[in-house]
Amino acid sequence: MTSAPAVDRRQYAAASTQSVVPPESVAAESLSVTFNDVGRAFDGRTVLRNVSLTVTPGEVVAILGSSGCGKSTLLRAVGGLDEGFTGDIVIGDSPVTRYDERTAVGFQEPRLLPWRSIRKNVELGLPRDLSKSEGQSRVDELLELVGLAERAHLRPREISGGMAQRASLARALARQPGVLLLDEPFGALDALTRLKMQDLLLDVHAKTGTTVLLVTHDVNEALQLADRILLLGGRGTATAEGATVKSLVSVPGIRPRDRAATDLAQLRSELYAGLGVSSR
Amino acid sequence: MTTALAAPAATPGRAKSLPGGRILLGAAVPLLILGLWWLVTGPLNLFTPTQLPAPQRVLDAGLGLLEDGALYAHVGISVQRVLFGFLLGAITGLLLGSLLGLSRLADGLLHPTVGAFRAVPSLAWVPLILLWVGIGEDGKVLLIAIGAFFPVFTSVHSALRHVDPHLVEAGRAFGYHGTRLLTTVQLPAVVPPVFSGLRLALAQSWLFLVAAELLASSEGLGFLLIESQNNGRVDRLLLAIVLLAILGKTTDALLGIIERKALKTWA
Repeated sequence: MTSAPAVDRRQYAAASTQSVVPPESVAAESLSVTFNDVGRAFDGRTVLRNVSLTVTPGEVVAILGSSGCGKSTLLRAVGGLDEGFTGDIVIGDSPVTRYDERTAVGFQEPRLLPWRSIRKNVELGLPRDLSKSEGQSRVDELLELVGLAERAHLRPREISGGMAQRASLARALARQPGVLLLDEPFGALDALTRLKMQDLLLDVHAKTGTTVLLVTHDVNEALQLADRILLLGGRGTATAEGATVKSLVSVPGIRPRDRAATDLAQLRSELYAGLGVSSR
Repeated sequence: MTTALAAPAATPGRAKSLPGGRILLGAAVPLLILGLWWLVTGPLNLFTPTQLPAPQRVLDAGLGLLEDGALYAHVGISVQRVLFGFLLGAITGLLLGSLLGLSRLADGLLHPTVGAFRAVPSLAWVPLILLWVGIGEDGKVLLIAIGAFFPVFTSVHSALRHVDPHLVEAGRAFGYHGTRLLTTVQLPAVVPPVFSGLRLALAQSWLFLVAAELLASSEGLGFLLIESQNNGRVDRLLLAIVLLAILGKTTDALLGIIERKALKTWA
């Protein structure tokens, strides 16, 4: 697995402590998410069952699991992209609605409209009731935040994959979501870009304070970003009866964490074991 | 982070070395045909003027018709018919194609029927149109519209069915639905295939114009064809054919310019 040079980390730590005061227009009112016995079956085949937990406002929870275990399914349910689940999901104090406006999704693929500039793509995420000038200044701020201000006029095909994901993140933040849902957003990026995106996400979280649900299959990413890690899985290796909460662990230490920290080693190998992989 | 400027910068060197080079290249074969035509009718004298008149005589026939204003009337009415028929057919095709492409219910309900109508060779409608509408202006425009409708309908319908579902879902996730989703995501995504359909429809429009005018008309290029045939005026007959080629190519080129502009914006 990868680890960034220590110098890099310290620089970033300094950068994010400087900006404790969230700028008005990117700050969100973060919301809690409560899962109550959530399950999902596709054509009679159970994928998820008995998932219960409460995510507190402003918390970063990583949803970890092997592929096909229903991580994305759970995330889509919170975003109101999937209505076929059983049980209850409550955001703040009311149940999730179809394409819930209180959430914003960062997909695995950037999913930018190829015929629109980056700026116009970010604008797509703005809430409809926002005035034009307010919207424009919010887009300006977000482009600055994700470091794309200089490239805002370009089309998606003219920028790199990492930039496209940053644009996608800015689009998700444009509606000031109470809950930010990220579905393996850095999965398709190269290792170095992925580390930079993780730092960016921490920066964004420090500034906006939004609740983040992050689906990932990368143990190190989960350890680096999350307050708590939700490990999904079935009993043993057979998942015939669907995945459920295998463990829910708090990650010790204050972010940003040292990627080379040794005190996380025990937790790391536990998580790998939970995923059915030997860490040696 | 590196800049991946993947925009194809064309090949400036080659494009600059030959300004209008492609036009010259494309004109070579027509000029060659014209030269051969002149050769076999003039110096070689292989054909009688009633079989194949010389290019000069075709030009004279055109100038003659231009002087008494008849040519202007023939071309004008033909262009007008194509324009109206094409617009009517294309707009209907866009609307119905959008409806069936977007709504599963409308698709299930109507697609078999539209498919059955498409299976009827369009010229088979002629006798029915003659009986019901008559072959006045309305009948001709209707026939052209039928010809233009199907290419547009088919391209819009299938393109909308194949819009990247990921983009549509992203649009929905950010609160777009109904008309706003249509104009923001779905319609821009189908611009390129729809233009191919429109160009095909325009070619069909000219085809059906000639069919309609051959059947019954008192003016227009199709009428000029049939009248010249009856009077043995091969020069005028060839004139009409050359004019159809020029008009068809010109209208297609105009649509091509609009297409290029649209693709620059939407693709």
